[in-house]
Amino acid sequence: MWDLIGNSVYAGILISIAIGIIGSLIVINKATAITGSIAHGSFGGIGIGIFLGVNILLSTTLFTLVLALLLAVITIYYKHRSDSLIGVIWALGMSVGIIFLNLTPGYNADALSYLFGNILLIENGDIFMMVGVDLLLLISIIILYNRFLAMSYDIDFLKVRGINGSLLYTYFLILTSLTVVMSVRAIGIILILALFTIPPLIAEKFTRKFYQMMILSSVLSAVFIIGGILISYFYDLAPTPVIVILAAAGLFLSMLKKD
Amino acid sequence: MKALEIKNLYFRYDKETVLENINFSLEDKKFMAIIGPNGGGKTTLLKLILGFLKPYKGEIKIYGKSPQEISELIGYVPQHTNFSLDIPITVFDIVLQGRLKKGKFFYDKLDREKAEEVLKTLKIEKFKNRKIKDLSGGQRQKVLIARALVSEPKIIVMDEPTSAIDPTGQKEILDLIENLDITRIVVSHDIKILLRKVDKIAFINKKAVIHEGPKLNIPNDKHFCEIELIEFLKDESCGI
Ligand SMILES: Nc1ncnc2c1ncn2[C@@H]1O[C@H](COP(=O)(O)OP(=O)(O)OP(=O)(O)O)[C@@H](O)[C@H]1O
Ligand SMILES: [Mg+2]
Repeated sequence: MWDLIGNSVYAGILISIAIGIIGSLIVINKATAITGSIAHGSFGGIGIGIFLGVNILLSTTLFTLVLALLLAVITIYYKHRSDSLIGVIWALGMSVGIIFLNLTPGYNADALSYLFGNILLIENGDIFMMVGVDLLLLISIIILYNRFLAMSYDIDFLKVRGINGSLLYTYFLILTSLTVVMSVRAIGIILILALFTIPPLIAEKFTRKFYQMMILSSVLSAVFIIGGILISYFYDLAPTPVIVILAAAGLFLSMLKKD
Repeated sequence: MKALEIKNLYFRYDKETVLENINFSLEDKKFMAIIGPNGGGKTTLLKLILGFLKPYKGEIKIYGKSPQEISELIGYVPQHTNFSLDIPITVFDIVLQGRLKKGKFFYDKLDREKAEEVLKTLKIEKFKNRKIKDLSGGQRQKVLIARALVSEPKIIVMDEPTSAIDPTGQKEILDLIENLDITRIVVSHDIKILLRKVDKIAFINKKAVIHEGPKLNIPNDKHFCEIELIEFLKDESCGI
């Protein structure tokens, strides 16, 4: 059995570490819509990758980095209209993906597999990317912890202290898009948003310090993901929906706790 | 050297002129009060002083430098205190943020000591480890004042620091501001600030009328009635 699910358990742990860090930042920065936009928009990179026949992780990484930069410009310079513009990017990315799939001859079952992902089918290449992104996230959060926390609380104050808050926010979106790409094959575009935000939403209620929130989110997502892997393996179900249902159940349970 | 020098300052958002020909200066360690009606441009003026906004025309010098060059020496207390309150962040975390600066990523022992000290001065040390969400509006305002003071600024800029605070708390904060040995610029809706030892007063309503302290006698000062002023000043002081 370990032969069959070993890789997915490793992937689950690596994704959980990333969710603990980036998911917590997404939640406290109210960047849920932006993350949804990056995740769904990443479909454009998948379509382009399939059309050109190049490495899909590579094409998706480049494409989502462009989206992240566009979204950074939107949130920094067009704040008053950012909610609508974020929706535009969301739809634009998906449309690009669909057009390129239309242009690709033959039937592309592969493309659909990215919509819901399958952590049971994860490959070594994905694991390598996850290790790389996790390392980058860990190094970044260790060095930038105080800055990220200050940014999340009051980004204008960074400016008072002579620190470039816009640049920091852009970096945060770049990290988010890398995390999205590394999770696309395992989790799938459609459910990434739920999985990135539910564990931090639960953790937020039980913690007083931000680093505690990150650690608890990681542990919770590891529980949901590994639980989901086992259930879907034994009952032959699609793993991502099982993981999301477990996480949502956890969220509703946690809501019983009053503030 | 003057702490603050504003010359021929104009500012507009899109097409709307918000500040027009503002001129004043402030000496080191002096206390200036800025009052004026809603929408008069007070917050805009502070944002220009902080370097968040660029003048449309004119110039601002702080200790002879541009706001951007000197931002590290400015302390700032914003008008609104309702930031993302759900963040798991404690009072102490927030106060420490005042010690961040370019090239500085980690807090050291001195930073923590300074933060403790300011918390004591503001009498909020008992909330140190509380989540910011679990404080009252007035207590949160004090936390933001602490965050501004902990960087040991040469000049502090406060946007209605007493708006959410009860009369006793207001007195405490005004006492504290009065006794600070740095340059202070305080926006207030509360006319009581004028009863304090202010060195200079600016009435801002697009244009500015500047009054030099130390003692201010509103009823007899014809000067204030010359431009559109706060309604109650017109009514009570100018007999218009
Ligand atoms: N970001 C903005 N874009 C466009 N106009 C703005 C912006 N911020 C403020 N204004 C306009 O500029 C004018 C001055 O606003 P400002 O916030 O400086 O007033 P204020 O004196 O601080 O008022 P209050 O007492 O209500 O805080 C107002 O007419 C306001 O509508
Ligand atoms: Mg204002």
